[in-house]
Amino acid sequence: MLLLKTKTVDCDVLVVGGGMAGCGAAYEARYWGRDLKIVVVEKGHIERSGAVAMGLSAINCYMGMRWNENTPEDFVRYARNDLMGLVREDLVFDIARHVDATVHLFEEWGLPIVYDEQTKRYKREGRWQILIHGESYKPIVAEAATKSATEVYNRVMVTHLLTDEEDGGRIAGAVGIGVRDGAFYVFRAKAVIVCAGGATHVFRPRSVGEGAGRTWYSPWSTGSAYALLVEAGAEMTQMENKLVVTRFKDGYGPVGAWFLALKAKASNAYGEDYEMKYKEEQRALYGDYVDAKPFPTCLRNDAMLREIRAGRSPIYIHTEKVLDTREKEELGQEDFLDMTMSQTIVWASQNIDPKVRPSELLPSEPYIMGSHATCSGAWVSGPADLSPKECFWGYNRMTTVQGLFGAGDTVGGSAHKFSSGSFTEGRLAGKAAVAYISERVADRKPSVTEKKVEAFRDEIFQPVKTFRLGRNMITKGTVSPFCIYPDQGVVRLEKIMGEYVGGWGSFYTTNEVLLGRGLELLEMLREDLDHLGAEDLHQLQRAWELHHRVVTAEAVLRHTLFRKETRWPGYCYRSDYPALDEKNWHVFVNSRYDPSTGGWSLFTRPCTRLVS
Amino acid sequence: MPTYVDPNKCDGCGKCVDICPSDIMHLSNSVFGGRKAYNVEPDYCWECYSCVKECPQHAIDMRGYADFNPLNHKLTVLRDKEKNSVSWKLKYRNGTKKEFEFPIRTTPWGSIPPAQSHPAPTREQFGSQLLAHEPEYLKSERGLVTVTTR
Ligand SMILES: Cc1cc2nc3c(=O)[nH]c(=O)nc-3n(C[C@H](O)[C@H](O)[C@H](O)COP(=O)(O)OP(=O)(O)OC[C@H]3O[C@@H](n4cnc5c(N)ncnc54)[C@H](O)[C@@H]3O)c2cc1C
Ligand code: SF4
Ligand code: SF4
Repeated sequence: MLLLKTKTVDCDVLVVGGGMAGCGAAYEARYWGRDLKIVVVEKGHIERSGAVAMGLSAINCYMGMRWNENTPEDFVRYARNDLMGLVREDLVFDIARHVDATVHLFEEWGLPIVYDEQTKRYKREGRWQILIHGESYKPIVAEAATKSATEVYNRVMVTHLLTDEEDGGRIAGAVGIGVRDGAFYVFRAKAVIVCAGGATHVFRPRSVGEGAGRTWYSPWSTGSAYALLVEAGAEMTQMENKLVVTRFKDGYGPVGAWFLALKAKASNAYGEDYEMKYKEEQRALYGDYVDAKPFPTCLRNDAMLREIRAGRSPIYIHTEKVLDTREKEELGQEDFLDMTMSQTIVWASQNIDPKVRPSELLPSEPYIMGSHATCSGAWVSGPADLSPKECFWGYNRMTTVQGLFGAGDTVGGSAHKFSSGSFTEGRLAGKAAVAYISERVADRKPSVTEKKVEAFRDEIFQPVKTFRLGRNMITKGTVSPFCIYPDQGVVRLEKIMGEYVGGWGSFYTTNEVLLGRGLELLEMLREDLDHLGAEDLHQLQRAWELHHRVVTAEAVLRHTLFRKETRWPGYCYRSDYPALDEKNWHVFVNSRYDPSTGGWSLFTRPCTRLVS
Repeated sequence: MPTYVDPNKCDGCGKCVDICPSDIMHLSNSVFGGRKAYNVEPDYCWECYSCVKECPQHAIDMRGYADFNPLNHKLTVLRDKEKNSVSWKLKYRNGTKKEFEFPIRTTPWGSIPPAQSHPAPTREQFGSQLLAHEPEYLKSERGLVTVTTR
């Protein structure tokens, strides 16, 4: 099956991950870099990869500046309040001022955007969201990217980034596994843009058994974005800012269209509205953020959790009170048929007609992401005209590693980008990478020695050898004293994170003692990764996905330990520091892993205001 | 099991294998003769229907996750790239049926102009904060804005 060949690909720009951000990066890099070799490497197939694989029913980030609907300043205020004060305002503003052009481009390409017949404008789902017929959102965007890139390598999973051997602070490419051809891939690149999505299955999901694949965010979001950067020594931010989303129970159907467009209301088991009930208790702990409009996402979760703890669940969403026309029923059904068919299946299998009966809501397990109502990820430079001094080092969206860029879920501090903003951020990174190449490394070849590449090759294919050894020690089956399999490792990881780092089973609550113990167990899991066994190429991909999840988890745990306050209740509670502490913690928590020593450093960075 | 394959319909073409984002549709020699696709890891299936929509033989179907879906439901899909529509048929456990159809695209497949088909940008544009097609595509009188309150 395996590894007999090494395939080396030389290029100028390497885009890791062909999701929303990666497609934007490829398109824009080509627009500015006409003669460059631009390569996209994608572990799935670009036509249906990433979080948008099954489609979306809304674009959640659109200003509408052509109709004077919103300004970028408004958007910064919204994102800042929703994230309890902590966003990189330069990055958020930058997305907002460009994102409309991206959406207009999508429309020209053929994405059906819904119009309001009366106003002749895009039909709004909410203040920032517009409705689309988005079943083919990803194939459309992928068509533009595929035609613009020089080459797309599908089914190649990147496992490690390469740093330059003459100049260790600089990027030199990436290595990975060809999951179809069994080849070892070496990409040598002048600039690398990581667009590898968020992370699920770090915390134990609510679903069990066969349904474990039903997480709200896609199960193929495996934390590669964070692990690749961490292991390359890039500075990370906000990794403690885990995201918990309230969703339709079991199917994880999103609530946006229901609350915003259809104006459905939530209630407790007894039909009572509970959302504002806890406002004064919340104010005592979390301060004036309770007055923010709209009410911050994490505080809405918090109110729901208080109601559940008080024994007044299930929480219902009253779909039955709002579907009074065929048009509204279609809107509601399409919402899920375009992006979460599992929810439709739950309704059909459990005889829930949303026109007749309400559905249950429940907060999800925590996810790690950079593009939603949260902003974990890389610490990057902003644009020259917006960023404070300490947030600008030459190239927009460049990480602290020279020539290494990020976009979408990969980038921290820039919340509420969603699909359109992630694509836009990819574009920003794509243009900046071209500028970096022409100004800094036009005549410089990345330096990567044969020796280093061979060491990676051995490491990457080790799980296959481990499996063969482990198999020979037992009669048959999956229990071996010598090795563990990727699915077993995922379960161990989920158990550690769920029980010690604030999973749903502990009502998202943790403390220093729990975190200390969690770290001890996580470090043992990290050591055990050397004993991962993989039977075939598919399992080898799973082995490296697990590796990436574990590294992501460690960053999450260390950040959670460092921030001594409860900044985002409803996402995570520090029971030993139950209040929000504006005086000491209105700062970013950042970290850096030193690949040469294996040590972590954690520190804070100031959070600067750009918009009043 | 999330997805399952009808052995009488599958001809082993491998299109589902190519598209599945989770890499879990695989081909195997089957007792029904020849190579047939199957879901190797149902607990890593997102029920995203990418493979279902792609299968030329309509051989793939979905049975909702066993841990929370009672049996006897059905959600089937037909995606038509000529008509540019997607249609869904839904059958409830109690027999209720619903049908829906939605547009998927407004332009022919393959018609998107790639980035390099647009006129090359100038040096001055390269040095500015503008992205491709800006300021035109912003369609805003203000053009590309910067922070005014600083
Ligand atoms: C159910 C659901 C509903 C949503 N609703 C909306 C909505 O209504 N509106 C909206 O605007 N947004 C919505 N979003 C959010 C939106 O999908 C994300 O914000 C966006 O996709 C993030 O873009 P990205 O490029 O960072 O990640 P992705 O689009 O996930 O792309 C990451 C890519 O990297 C690839 N990859 C990962 N690791 C590797 C590796 N090691 N090697 C090679 N390739 C790799 C993946 O296969 C994938 O293609 C929703 C998401 C979900 C899941
Ligand atoms: S796409 Fe359909 S016919 Fe082709 S291998 Fe898959 S299930 Fe069989
Ligand atoms: S439904 Fe999606 S995840 Fe499941 S097998 Fe098909 S393509 Fe793969």
